[in-house]
Amino acid sequence: MKYFHLIWAALFRRKARTFFTLISILAAFLLFGMLDATRSAFDSGGSVIGVDRLITTSRYSIIQSLPVSLQAQMKAIPGVKDVGYSNWFGGIYQDPKNFVLSFAVSDNYMDIYHEIQLPADQRKVYENTRTGAIVGEALAKRFGWKVGDKIPLQSTIFPQRNGDKTWPFDIVGIYTAAPGAANGTDQQFFFHHKYFEDANAFQSIGTTVGWYFVRLNSPADAERVAKAVDALSANSDHETKTQTEQAFNASFAKQIGDIGLIVSAIMGAVFFTLILLTGNTMAQAVRERTSELAVLKTIGFSSHSVLYMVLAESVLLLLIGGALGLGLAGIIVPIVAKGSGGMLNLPPVGSQTWILGLVLMLVIGAIVGALPAIRAMRLNIVDALAGR
Amino acid sequence: MKTLKKFLRGVLLLAIIIAFLVAWSALPWQGIVVLAVLLAVWMTVTRRGRQTWQVTRVGLSTVTQRLGSSSVVVVGIAGVVGVLVAMLAMSEGFAETLRASGNDHTAIVLRGGSQAELNSILDRDSANVVMQAPGVKKGAEGRPIASGELVVVANLPRKGDPNSDSNVPIRGVSNDVWALRDNVKIIEGRAFKPGLREVIVGKGAKGQFEGLDVGKSIRLAGQTWTVVGVFASHDALESELWGDTQSVASAYRRGSSVQSVTVLLDSPRAYDQFKASLAADPRLKVDVSTTEAYFGKQSEALTKTLRIVGITVGIIMAIGAVFGALNTMFAAIQARAREIATLRAIGFRGVPVVVSVLLETMLLALLGGILGAGIVWLIFHNYTASTLGANFSQVVFQFQVGPALLWTGLKWALAIGFIGGLFPALRAATVPVTTALREL
Repeated sequence: MKYFHLIWAALFRRKARTFFTLISILAAFLLFGMLDATRSAFDSGGSVIGVDRLITTSRYSIIQSLPVSLQAQMKAIPGVKDVGYSNWFGGIYQDPKNFVLSFAVSDNYMDIYHEIQLPADQRKVYENTRTGAIVGEALAKRFGWKVGDKIPLQSTIFPQRNGDKTWPFDIVGIYTAAPGAANGTDQQFFFHHKYFEDANAFQSIGTTVGWYFVRLNSPADAERVAKAVDALSANSDHETKTQTEQAFNASFAKQIGDIGLIVSAIMGAVFFTLILLTGNTMAQAVRERTSELAVLKTIGFSSHSVLYMVLAESVLLLLIGGALGLGLAGIIVPIVAKGSGGMLNLPPVGSQTWILGLVLMLVIGAIVGALPAIRAMRLNIVDALAGR
Repeated sequence: MKTLKKFLRGVLLLAIIIAFLVAWSALPWQGIVVLAVLLAVWMTVTRRGRQTWQVTRVGLSTVTQRLGSSSVVVVGIAGVVGVLVAMLAMSEGFAETLRASGNDHTAIVLRGGSQAELNSILDRDSANVVMQAPGVKKGAEGRPIASGELVVVANLPRKGDPNSDSNVPIRGVSNDVWALRDNVKIIEGRAFKPGLREVIVGKGAKGQFEGLDVGKSIRLAGQTWTVVGVFASHDALESELWGDTQSVASAYRRGSSVQSVTVLLDSPRAYDQFKASLAADPRLKVDVSTTEAYFGKQSEALTKTLRIVGITVGIIMAIGAVFGALNTMFAAIQARAREIATLRAIGFRGVPVVVSVLLETMLLALLGGILGAGIVWLIFHNYTASTLGANFSQVVFQFQVGPALLWTGLKWALAIGFIGGLFPALRAATVPVTTALREL
């Protein structure tokens, strides 16, 4: 650290060059921040909150519904703490563009999805309001909904018994998502399955549900319980497929396309370019300073000190540029997410991205600094001073 | 006074760059050929031009000595062009696949307010009313050529990944579908027989999902169905499995309802009449669109998102690459400072120096562009991918790296080269000769 001012001075020996390199690094890490946010948006299976939950859907297709009678049978399986069910509503608010992630859910939904945190008094009101709905904080903010509002939600699938496709709801609660909840948890809209059954034009809704979710006593039981659930309906006309919430989310993300692969391909291209760029700058900087480094050695700096100083310089360059880039990404990502009107659900640049980013900065800094640093270390004083 | 001059020069430069970028993005390829020819003529005919050629030759002959830093420009720009072209190829491919699925002489009718077939339902009576509407072409026996269709979604594993589940669309179609969609051809096996549990599979679906070879059986809705044929249509329908409407409806317990009715129109002009008569019918509450508009709308959101993402990523990377090029070219003219100063001292003027440095950068950029676009073309042209479409099911599509996209990539490369070379070029031409000669 006592050489910090020396390193700093060396770094800004040629201001223009350092500045240009910094901008290149900044651009690369800005991209890294944005892409990592996109990747984690598709990677919602990573949430650890749902490890004790299973999802049971129809084996044949997700649009097939399951008989309501399964619930009692599932509850009887040892290791099952609770079983709930849900139905896709396909709601839109006022305009087809305003898609609302809305579900008709059984009353124990909030016990099973404990990351949904609703104040106790609001929960009480919800339980006693037939047309009551609870909405996530982010969703409420998006449309400016408040507790007590009456809002109409149009279903793209289900008409009411009177033929009307617009369903009235009373917002009775606004929940927050517990820390660590899957991305997008605070963007949802829940209401009573009972109301859905009663008012629905399709009478069959009363005897079927969209899918089941199971809360386990222990995550270790997952495989055994999943098999037991599927055995209940084996060889019937409504065979089920039960998997952990993570597996369900992961297979869903996979269907959208191999986003991870595309993202890593882009990242690869960016970083390859970046390493080349910065490596070139460092090599230039060291070449130019040959005589200075020789002087340093002459007045008693050891070869290793010179090596470390050059390495430190390149790592510092990466850290400054990278931190600026990630910082900028932290500002831009929420703007992009907001600009897309809730379509693109990007999480803010989180600590994980920062940690990964910092590691990358250190590693790339060390890699690009290595060659010039070794060159500097091996410098022969006599030759260098003579300009050979 | 001096600062004012400097400031004005900065503004002027910025204006030049902006003007260049605007003109550049509007320029067709013929324009660039003309420009290149003009440049070549100028370089061979005029004195200045010949000087420029000499200076450029010296610059180019020393590129090999600066291999490391020159490759920064090439690889940096190759990266930008590669990412951009790949993203746009994906967006183009998806849009093209859906665009090809529709045309202006067939129309599709859904229940009012449903955005996709999956959300729609029409009872038998409504479907019949739609088929009898004026404007629908009649077949040999005077029956309207129309297909009441059902789309259900089945889970099939992706090829090579037996534990994965993909939502694969299964379409129940009526017999008229062959007259209605005349681009659909059976390329293997035969068509399904009405009333039987038989399906034909699209070429795209067969390539993406497991177990869809002719003669094999698949489980749908708890029943065993036989794959009897493979069809090609070169559009989004190729991602689907087709069976007879009645068989699919009974397997999935849909009764006699359908989700959509597709009709063949007398002519594209008959569409307005057809639409008006359905809108006026009090028995119906339906949405009518040509299949062209319907499929076009389905690709809109994803295509737009991919385009925006591609261009945003491209711009950010381009900024990085511009500064990389700036660094390289400043270093290059730094290394050649004496030589350039000497040239200027013996009478070479600014223009040849500026043009030659610009030319050198743009040639490197062109090389980078060709490299990037070429690699993407090799890897991604006709690369098959699939994603979740409007019906909550897989749409198989191919990346399209067409000439227009390659051209876009090269344009970006040259633009980056121009900006990255302009400042070093001006610097080379304006540094006082005496200063430059003194510099090491």
